[in-house]
Amino acid sequence: MRLPLIAAGILCATTAVAETPVLTVYTYDSFISDWGPGPQIKTAFEAICGCDLRFVAAGDGAALLARLRLEGARSPADVVLGLDTNLIAAAAETGLFAPHGIAPPALDLPVEWTDATFLPYDWGHFAFVYDKTRLPEPPDSFEALIAAEDLKIVIQDPRSSTPGLGLLMWVKAAHGDRAPQIWTGLAPRILTVTKGWSESYGMFLDGEADMVLSYTTSPAYHLIAEDDDSKAAAPFAEGHYLQVEVAGRVASSDQPELAQDFLRFMLSDAFQSVIATTNWMYPAVTPAAGLPEGFQTLFRPETSLLLSAEKAAAVRDTALAEWRDALSR
Amino acid sequence: MARRAQPLGLALPAGLAAAGAMLGLSLGTLAAVAWRAEGAATLGPADWAALRFTLTQALLSAALSVALAVPVARALARRQFPGRALLIALLGAPFILPVIVAVIGLLAVFGRSGLISQALAPLGLGPIDIYGLGGVVLAHVFFNLPLATRLILQGWLAIPAERFRLAASLGFSARDMARLLEWPMLRSVLPGAFLVIFLICMTSFAVALTLGGGPRATTVELAIYQAFRFEFDLGRAALLSLIQVALCAGAAALAFAVTVPGGFGAGLDRPLTRRDAGGTGLRLLDGLWIGLAALFLLVPLGMIVARGLTGILDLPPSVWQAAERSLAVALGSAALTLILALPMALAAVRLGGAPGAALQAAGLMTIAASPLVMGTGLFILLFPLADPVALALPLTALVNAAMSLPFALRALTPAVAEAEAAFGRLADSLGLRGTARLRLVLLPRLRRPIGFTLGLAAALSMGDLGVIALFADPDRATLPLQLYRLVAAYRMEAAAGAALLLLALSLGLFWIFDRGGRIHAQA
Repeated sequence: MRLPLIAAGILCATTAVAETPVLTVYTYDSFISDWGPGPQIKTAFEAICGCDLRFVAAGDGAALLARLRLEGARSPADVVLGLDTNLIAAAAETGLFAPHGIAPPALDLPVEWTDATFLPYDWGHFAFVYDKTRLPEPPDSFEALIAAEDLKIVIQDPRSSTPGLGLLMWVKAAHGDRAPQIWTGLAPRILTVTKGWSESYGMFLDGEADMVLSYTTSPAYHLIAEDDDSKAAAPFAEGHYLQVEVAGRVASSDQPELAQDFLRFMLSDAFQSVIATTNWMYPAVTPAAGLPEGFQTLFRPETSLLLSAEKAAAVRDTALAEWRDALSR
Repeated sequence: MARRAQPLGLALPAGLAAAGAMLGLSLGTLAAVAWRAEGAATLGPADWAALRFTLTQALLSAALSVALAVPVARALARRQFPGRALLIALLGAPFILPVIVAVIGLLAVFGRSGLISQALAPLGLGPIDIYGLGGVVLAHVFFNLPLATRLILQGWLAIPAERFRLAASLGFSARDMARLLEWPMLRSVLPGAFLVIFLICMTSFAVALTLGGGPRATTVELAIYQAFRFEFDLGRAALLSLIQVALCAGAAALAFAVTVPGGFGAGLDRPLTRRDAGGTGLRLLDGLWIGLAALFLLVPLGMIVARGLTGILDLPPSVWQAAERSLAVALGSAALTLILALPMALAAVRLGGAPGAALQAAGLMTIAASPLVMGTGLFILLFPLADPVALALPLTALVNAAMSLPFALRALTPAVAEAEAAFGRLADSLGLRGTARLRLVLLPRLRRPIGFTLGLAAALSMGDLGVIALFADPDRATLPLQLYRLVAAYRMEAAAGAALLLLALSLGLFWIFDRGGRIHAQA
């Protein structure tokens, strides 16, 4: 009789599966690349969780949310990591996320964090990055940028890029109703608008533009990995718009405890100490060993601008229309 | 084409099945997206502006690409010079480059800090500013001039050498030659070439945006992107995609209506030696066209090579692994393209007239469909049945094959038609049918287009980021995806190296297949 053998086989297989639960984490593509935080975080978490950590990637934060919405309650995702403050309102509205239900450690964020669903894992400020050897005196505000007639900048399209949307919110948060005038003034300075960050940053490094919309932390890569201190972020008097990257657990998850374990792990040293030199952002909880050498040289904005999730969702369409009208002329 | 009694029994059902599959892939995925949408979709003024811009740039780009390709293809057809074969192979390169690489190459020449601007600077001129409609058209001509040249060159080379010899012995002038041999050939080839380029430019997005200088250069594909990821309005995404498909279908119908089949009859497949083009003036003119085209296309490529040389020496192992995976996807995609295209071409010729044109149009729909909508639709359809992530590589090969199909059909269908017109009756009288007819009559005459098809499909698949970006698996990245990841991780030097590797592999694949297709034809 072979039946008992098969039955035993099935039984063994199911117990084997039950012994190593799988935690599925949806994140953006650059997080899981060989040069991103993903590989180190997978090793570190699997060493303590007795589980398999499975990363699944979709382009960027907005693509991630769209993917989850397509899958709905049948999604295999347990945790979604990589949304930002501009997506939180839309993400919460889907009803697909559950409250994190954990008591986070003290966060080193420039703003108060009280969201019951999403927990931050890193943050950064948007800024225009320039090359000190090519541009000794960068503009120090949007008005100064408008006045700098021989400058050309590259930015990203808010419809297809996260930093692009960040700039839209930056102008709106800093200048409110004057945003359309700011965009009209900026229009001649804008060399072009690219689909994503990669294209613009490449164009800037090739000398095609004088400044590029990026992060205050971008110069850290050149300093630490390339030993090149020529890149810097231009401080703007209005303050800088903040991007907080967050994770949340999915309500339909079949591993709710493991998902919570992961969120706790996310705010622990093992995760946070990887972020600075792989994601090139500030960790949400400064690791015990401090930030890597080189980060101290970075410009830290005194004023952080951030629209609340609700406000950001409310002004988004108007801000986009203003941007498009001003730049289409 | 006259109807005959079942000369290729299996070809018709197989061709119809392939066409059905392609319609499913383009329109079926669109329907899946529309089905998931909630509420009716409407279009705003910004969508209409996007539509206008898309049509304008696609028309200009296709017209200019084809118009410039005619003198270049003629010069290449009637001149023999050392390095000609290499030049023709290299001409395939721009078309298969990933967008991010091609844009960098173009800007290294035409950008504000590019070669031309640098050359103008000492004269107190420049920098030149190409951003705007001009930049979009420039980039699209860069991508598509080589493709148009190849398609038209195929047409030229398909005119049997005997016709030119006869014309020469009758004392034809270059003008007579143009009127009686070349113009009829162009009438049959140009509309198709124009159409495929028009369709490619219709769905252009990242190039149009980057070189178009901002939201003025919003194309329908970008509007679809916005509807999908900015607003998660699936209904609007599907509606925009439907409009795009409808416009493409209209363009296809128009192109087929003005196409006149060529009728040169049969030749002995001898290599072409042209005696009519011996004048110094013509020689200079041809040299000028070839030289200009080579400069325009090869200098940006040279810049990509130069930038990648330092990076390629020390690429991380994961890039090489990605390259292996991409090779496998490319070969699978090339085989799939031929499996789909050959029966479709045979069936289209057998059906002839409007049904044949409709069959070919079904094969064109896949480039008309929005890649984002196609990928999303596939995801919606597959998600309840299987894990789309596990299928990422086969799906990429399939979607790449579907994208290469229109070019394969453009290359294969005229050649099948010619072969059938020339040898069909003889084969009928000999009772040749089925595979024997395919093997003895058609395949020897199709070697060149088949080689071109396989080479183009493989190279195109190699360089396409495609649907893999929608459902990527961390451990199974393709080379283009790995290239994007390097850039996203600030590793520009390694990325430039990966771009060079991608260029070399794509060109290598194209070269091998394309050569393979010509070995016997030259014998």
